[in-house]
Amino acid sequence: MGALLEVEDLTVWLATRRGPRMAVDGLSFQVDSGEIFGIAGESGSGKTMTAMALLGLLPHAARTSGRAMFEGRDLLAMRPRQLRDVRGRRIAMVSQDPSTSLHPMLSIETQLTEHMRHHLGLSRSAARGRAVELLDTVRIPDPERALGAHPAQFSGGMRQRIAIAVALACEPRLLLADEPTTALDVTVQAGILRLLHRLRAERDLAVVVITHDLGVMSAVADRICVMYGGRTAEVGPRERVLTRPRHPYTRGLLDALPHPEGGAATLRPIPGSPPSLGEVPAGCPFHPRCGYAVPDCRTGRPAPVLVGPGHAAACPPDPLEGDA
Amino acid sequence: MTALLEATGVSVDYHRRGAPALRAVDGADLSLARGEILGLVGESGCGKSTLGRAVVGLQPAAGEIRFDGRPVVPLGRRRRDPGMRGLQMVFQDPYASLNPRRYVGDQVGDGYLLGGTSRPEALRKAGELLERVGLPADAARRYPHEFSGGQRQRIAIARTLAAEPSCIVADEPISALDASAQASVANLLVDLVRELDMGLVFISHDLSVVRQIADRTAVMYLGRVVEVGPTRELWSSPAHPYTRALISAVPRADGAGVLPVELPGDVPDPARPPGGCRFHPRCPLALPECSRDDPPLVALRGGRSVACVLQTPGEPVRPLATRRKDAT
Repeated sequence: MGALLEVEDLTVWLATRRGPRMAVDGLSFQVDSGEIFGIAGESGSGKTMTAMALLGLLPHAARTSGRAMFEGRDLLAMRPRQLRDVRGRRIAMVSQDPSTSLHPMLSIETQLTEHMRHHLGLSRSAARGRAVELLDTVRIPDPERALGAHPAQFSGGMRQRIAIAVALACEPRLLLADEPTTALDVTVQAGILRLLHRLRAERDLAVVVITHDLGVMSAVADRICVMYGGRTAEVGPRERVLTRPRHPYTRGLLDALPHPEGGAATLRPIPGSPPSLGEVPAGCPFHPRCGYAVPDCRTGRPAPVLVGPGHAAACPPDPLEGDA
Repeated sequence: MTALLEATGVSVDYHRRGAPALRAVDGADLSLARGEILGLVGESGCGKSTLGRAVVGLQPAAGEIRFDGRPVVPLGRRRRDPGMRGLQMVFQDPYASLNPRRYVGDQVGDGYLLGGTSRPEALRKAGELLERVGLPADAARRYPHEFSGGQRQRIAIARTLAAEPSCIVADEPISALDASAQASVANLLVDLVRELDMGLVFISHDLSVVRQIADRTAVMYLGRVVEVGPTRELWSSPAHPYTRALISAVPRADGAGVLPVELPGDVPDPARPPGGCRFHPRCPLALPECSRDDPPLVALRGGRSVACVLQTPGEPVRPLATRRKDAT
């Protein structure tokens, strides 16, 4: 069986006042059913634009190239009408801030049943019954009463659970979760991560989790793609990428984290800051900040090469060999 | 060691139209010595920011707050006690805390001008401070928008340093920054504390950063400080079940695929806190008396304090059980 989602050479140009600028540059990855795939990177690395491109929700006048095969059809080539049937039904999205993704003036029932009735043609009472089940699945206490309430009556964590229930309503095959826990406290985050983990097991759901937090990645992702400057720096199984990183950027991100055992050692930041849109350097986009850069890094465009089982890094000199 | 900053029984009420007053901080105690970094952690809405604002006098509060032995009076229309210049604050959002229309150098120099330094001298010293916090020499003649978020937070820190503070309260100073900028700004704060022998209250929801840089950590829950202690010991053997829950909820980037432990339930509405111990409805170890008795913060051995009936005053910390024992 092939992958559920197969993205090949995805490129996204955004329209700016100074002309089109490349936000995603030839990204390829695949996600299987029942898999949690993580996309990591700092702000401006192109991770959110990747999700938006898959959903056909890019800003006005943005252009894409490449292919994104989902259930045998290319998402990038679909007409808006066809995409509307996929979006919300086969592919659903959970965004960072549940206070903006839920409508403040509509009841939870309306927000949970509207798309079920549209996509699945359910009657009002059937949709309501499913809504109660969904709220129960995401562990909202007293679902019957919650249906009549409005988003403001819930805490941030509860709202994110409701947003996930809305996303799950039409039984999508793929869930795109863009920084789903960034706005939440760690205690609440733990609950949401457990929920995502349980859902993929129960429903064979594929989840793409986009986050800058490598701790979150480590908790839920099966495979991780680290993006930098719109490109893949490194992709591979969770355990390998986080314990045996082969790209200096991945290593830098991990080193910048507080040490798990605490202690007096200071934090080790990556020097410099990530490039902004349209200012991605030539050659390897990370070379100005890379401690291992050699003259070749300024010109060549390193493609991801296989460095282990299912593990690829876009860094040919293999500078980290030996000191892992 | 005498305390540089000492707060005893601090309470803050927010008065709301048509609703009962909300007690955001309810009898919290804090103390900070020179050269010490105190991490203040807790979930959103626990009152950590309000307590931070109260101890620098930005928020009227009941209770006693003393800085360098003098009472901290809430900021009002009258001129601030000059003795309070040494007590300064760094805010979360460096986009909001700097004036977009003034040169960076002028803004940093303000502190010196207020201290009676002449204008050219203030500008010269401002330039030095900007270099000290790691900005290029020409930063003084530029505007805030020309800098990245991390650099702006450095400017805000330089601006604070111009008042020659002995104590800084930093409210989520790195939360708005990118991952790599977070580490470098946190390092800067630590260096400054060591070098200038200042005190730093580092308010953050990011426990792993606090663990890395704080000498002592205070944990707040629903307006109360529920545990204080040396950071290392507090992490290795938490005395309060809430502290343990917070720590085990932090995911580790070790690639092991371990799901963090969930703390069931939500933080209750601070306007209607539960009776007894405020944590008891969510506490995995709650005893029958916890719904009745409100435990005070008491000192244990080893510089630790906790507000929990499971610990005995004056004794070492008793390790917490995994689960509640059946009806004892």
